[in-house]
Amino acid sequence: MTACAWKRHVCMLAFGLTLLLSNAAFAIDALPFENRAEEQRFQNLARQLRCLVCQNESLADSSADLARDLRQEVFDQMRQGKSDDEIKQYLTARYSDFVLYNPPLRGGTFLLWFGPLIVFLGGLAAVVLIVRRRASAPAQVQAGTTPEDDW
Amino acid sequence: MNTRFLPLAGFALLVVLLAAGISWMRSNRMNEVPSPLIDKPAPAFDLPLLMEPDKRLTGKDLLGQPYLLNVFASWCFACLDEHPLLMQEARRLGIPIVGFNYKDEADDAKRWLARFGNPYSVIVADRDGRVAIDFGVYGAPESFLVDATGVIRYKRIGAITPEILAFEIRPRLEAMKGNGQ
Repeated sequence: MTACAWKRHVCMLAFGLTLLLSNAAFAIDALPFENRAEEQRFQNLARQLRCLVCQNESLADSSADLARDLRQEVFDQMRQGKSDDEIKQYLTARYSDFVLYNPPLRGGTFLLWFGPLIVFLGGLAAVVLIVRRRASAPAQVQAGTTPEDDW
Repeated sequence: MNTRFLPLAGFALLVVLLAAGISWMRSNRMNEVPSPLIDKPAPAFDLPLLMEPDKRLTGKDLLGQPYLLNVFASWCFACLDEHPLLMQEARRLGIPIVGFNYKDEADDAKRWLARFGNPYSVIVADRDGRVAIDFGVYGAPESFLVDATGVIRYKRIGAITPEILAFEIRPRLEAMKGNGQ
């Protein structure tokens, strides 16, 4: 083994170690959970909350700086004995309902909750209407309309 | 009626619908988090001054006149977009601009201000970002217009532009003066 190759190995080892250490420093924060139940409660709560910075990520998934602060805040409040609802209220008082992935049911969110159902019922009604009209179509064909007109 | 082009028409309708959705989202700035703090008292705070860390400033100290609370940091690129405007308007605005140094190293912030200028009457430092959470801050720059009674009247998310200043901030300032606040 030449000196040059040996040097390269040392260099790669140093590089690898640097990567390892920097990775450890940037890993998503390890909060000091006391037990599995507490961690699960935290994860469950963090998944229902939106990261304000990267808005398609939950608080649990985001590595944004603010998300880390908010996770710490949620954790601290859990430790203070606050309920999930109290913690959510704390966050909505500052960041509005936007922070919740499940928006509460009220006047302004009625369409959000029931819009899909209304559209579905509308479609269903349209289908029923068309099928009924089709059922009586042969009589109309005999009455003189061309099939192409009737769709 | 020729039904051959119906799928195409349906597709065109869909394209128009989606395009309208995108432009509507853009014009209404749907990614902005609406602040529930508008028309509510500004959250209480007690923070050290950036320039004199052994002195502190509370929200109560600021009561009695309107002020513009401007969240900034040396690491914040967009803060540089509004900085020349703040420098230019610092005196003309007629109210103090209170700097809110957000999650910043004091030395970095001081160097940043020395380099680009200091438009602030006073600067508080929120090193760990706890008070910023109370204000619902989720990025920088953000600005809060607070009236003399300590109530938040307006919040700007993102850099202040000449348009924002002319059409959003000044009219509200005039209204405050009209109310004798």
